[in-house]
Amino acid sequence: MTDLALILIGALLVNNFVLAQFLGLCPFMGVTRRYEPALAMALATAFVLTTAAAVSFVLHHAVLVPLSLEYLRIVAFIVAIAGVVQLTERVMRASHPLLHEVLGIYLPLITSNCAVLAVALLAVGESLSFLETLVFALGAAGGFSLVMVLFAALRERLEHASVPEPFRGVPVALVTAGILSLGFMGFAGLGG
Amino acid sequence: MSRTPASTAAPDAGTPAGVLTAGVAARNPAWIQLLGLCPLLAVSSSAVTALALALASAGVLVGSNVTISMLRRLIPDFARLPAFVLIVATFTTCAVLLMEAYAFELYLRIALFVQIIVTNCMILGRAEAFASRRPVWPSLLDALGTAAGFALALVSLGLVREAVGRGTVFADMDMLFGPGAAGWTMTLPGDWPGLLIATLPPGAFIIAGLLLGLGNAAVRARRRNAGP
Repeated sequence: MTDLALILIGALLVNNFVLAQFLGLCPFMGVTRRYEPALAMALATAFVLTTAAAVSFVLHHAVLVPLSLEYLRIVAFIVAIAGVVQLTERVMRASHPLLHEVLGIYLPLITSNCAVLAVALLAVGESLSFLETLVFALGAAGGFSLVMVLFAALRERLEHASVPEPFRGVPVALVTAGILSLGFMGFAGLGG
Repeated sequence: MSRTPASTAAPDAGTPAGVLTAGVAARNPAWIQLLGLCPLLAVSSSAVTALALALASAGVLVGSNVTISMLRRLIPDFARLPAFVLIVATFTTCAVLLMEAYAFELYLRIALFVQIIVTNCMILGRAEAFASRRPVWPSLLDALGTAAGFALALVSLGLVREAVGRGTVFADMDMLFGPGAAGWTMTLPGDWPGLLIATLPPGAFIIAGLLLGLGNAAVRARRRNAGP
C-alpha cells in the first residue's frame, strides 16, 4: 500500500511529468492561453493517458513478451494510443454529445502528446505490475491536469501584465513555467 | 500536431538552396514554430546529449521523409496519418536499436526521449506539409534543412546551459565520438563555479524563455534597421 502511495505522489508531484520531466509540453504551451480549454484538454488527456497505459500493459505482457517482440513496443504502443483516442471519440460522441462538443477537438491532438506514450513506456521499462501501472498513470494524469490548470490561470493574469515587447507571449510563458517548476522542486525528497 | 501550410512557410521554397535554408532559419522547427519543445528542453542540459538527440531525430526525419515521399502515390488519402505515424515509429525503433548497439552509455541518459521521437510534431508536420506532396529529392533536402535547424536550436540551448551550469563546453564528447574526443572539453576562463539551476528543469524553461526573447529582440532590431 505504501509502495502505491509513493508511486502516486512521485508521478503527481515529485517527478511531475510536465515541470520535471518535460513531457507533454506541446499542450502545456499551446492550449493554456484560456482557462476552460486548458481544463478540457487536461481532462481528456487524463482519461486517454490512463486507459492507454492499461491497454499498453496488456498488449506488452499478453502479446509482445510471449512472442519476444519487445523491440516493437514503440510501434505497438503508438497504435494502441491512436486506437484508444479513436474509440474514446466514438463512444463519447454517441453517449455524451455535450461532453464531446467540449472535448472533441482536443482528442485527436492527444495521439501526438508525448506524455501518453512516455507513461506506457516508463511503466513497462520499470516492470511495474498492472495495479502499479494504473496508479502511476493516474498520478501522471493528475500531475499533468494540475499544472495545466495552474498554468492556464497564471497565463490569464499574464495577459494584462506589462511585459517588454519581445518577451510577450511564449518567452514570458516559458520563464513563468520555469518559476512554477522551481516551486515544484520543493517537493523533491517527499516520500523518500 | 500542427500543420504548416507549405506554400506560405517559405517564399523561396522553389530552389534547392531555399528548401534547405528555410528549415534552418525562417521556419526553424524549434525556435520559430515551437515544435519538439519536449526534447528541446529535456536533453539540452549538456551539449553532448543535445547533439546525440539531434542526430537521432535527424536520422528519423530524413528516413521517414524520404520513405513517405517515395510511397506518396501508394498511401490512400484517408489512411495517410496512421501510415505516416507507423513509418515514423519504424524509423524511431531503428534509431533506438542503433543507439543501444553503438552508444549505450549515452542512450541510457536520453533513452526515453529517443523513444518518443515518434511523437515529435516536427517530423509528422514535415511529412504532412512537404514529403507527402513532393518528389524524393526535395523531400530529402527539406528533411536535412529541418533537421539542421532543430540541431542548431538543441545544441545552442545545450551549450548555454552547460556553460552557465557547469562552466564547461563540450564535456563528455567521447560518449558520442569515441575516445579521441575526450580532450574536446573546454573550461570557461575565470573560476566560474557553475550555477546548478541552469542544468536543472527550472533552468531549462527560464533559459529557453530568455533566449527566445533575445532572439525576438534581435529580429525586431534588424527589421527596424532594414525598414524605412
